[in-house]
Amino acid sequence: MSLINYSSREINVKIVYYGPGLCGKTTNIQYIYEKVSPDTKGKLITLATEMDRTLFFDFLPLELGKVKGFRTRFHLYTVPGQVYYDASRKLILRGVDGIVFVADSQQSRYDANIESLYNLHENLAEYNLNLDEIPFAIQYNKRDLPEIISVEDLEQELNPKKFPSFEAVAIKGTGVFDTLKAVAKSVLRNLS
Amino acid sequence: MVRTNWKVFEEDYWAINTTMKELLGNSNSTSVLLLDKTGQLISSVGEEPEFDMHSFASLCAADFEANAQLAQLIGEKDFSTLYHQGSNESMYLARVEQNIILVVLFDKRTTLGLVRLRVKKAVDNLNVVIRRLYDKLEYENEELTESEFDEEFAAEAEMEIDSLFSD
Repeated sequence: MSLINYSSREINVKIVYYGPGLCGKTTNIQYIYEKVSPDTKGKLITLATEMDRTLFFDFLPLELGKVKGFRTRFHLYTVPGQVYYDASRKLILRGVDGIVFVADSQQSRYDANIESLYNLHENLAEYNLNLDEIPFAIQYNKRDLPEIISVEDLEQELNPKKFPSFEAVAIKGTGVFDTLKAVAKSVLRNLS
Repeated sequence: MVRTNWKVFEEDYWAINTTMKELLGNSNSTSVLLLDKTGQLISSVGEEPEFDMHSFASLCAADFEANAQLAQLIGEKDFSTLYHQGSNESMYLARVEQNIILVVLFDKRTTLGLVRLRVKKAVDNLNVVIRRLYDKLEYENEELTESEFDEEFAAEAEMEIDSLFSD
């Protein structure tokens, strides 16, 4: 649910990073925070536990600049990945304009990816939404680690509808901007 | 699209701002912010805070939502107002209509009682404006959006995205 203010000529849109615990959602946001120029970013908010696990959400406001006279802002959020934080995930999905699903490529996290994606479908359904009507991309993260699942297998299991997907090593920045760009463009295209 | 984008038009924006400025003055508070439940800042009046207002708005929305969940656990529908007391600065949050939150920042130059009283009146006024805005969104004139967000907008947006998001 983007906010368009015709008087102050501003557009705010909300993009949410979803995925299982420790898949690299916060790492994506941190990389973006480090790389974008200081005058375009706001304060990075992280509500995390002492163990660096996201407790409620991370939040990063980014200013795109003026597009046809409209000051355009992206609000990037991550959800907490652990299964028992479902109430928080639901709240953060409220009013979402675009979603990035970060999958963990490691074989040991195969079930966690499926469970998290299923949980995303369920939580969207509570807002009467589904992935066919929201800009959506999948990121296969941690491609540099040993014992990972092939992209073909991940695609078959997680992406039968062939949404845009990207291989990534978020900790090094590989694939981070490609994923964000795909969703961000699609969100703004949805306005037109 | 199934979802309705949330838009604020010129006339409503000024009606909202007038009410917020009245509240700022008659409650003697330092800043007044209006945001939606997704954490997007709609407007702010008063002293320009030193913190990032967009991050502040997202946390206020999260605060309000987390408390609404707590309310439901104890059998309430929600908490229509919240108060956070600091030693110097305090915050008072109030729900306006279903999806809007009014936030008042104030210090020792005023009292909670006065803020609460003035917020009540301001919320009534804002409810009228917001309801009118919702009606407008429901019967929105298609031409208004189509003229602004066309192919040219999309192309320009893509160029900006490419230049902002690069390694």
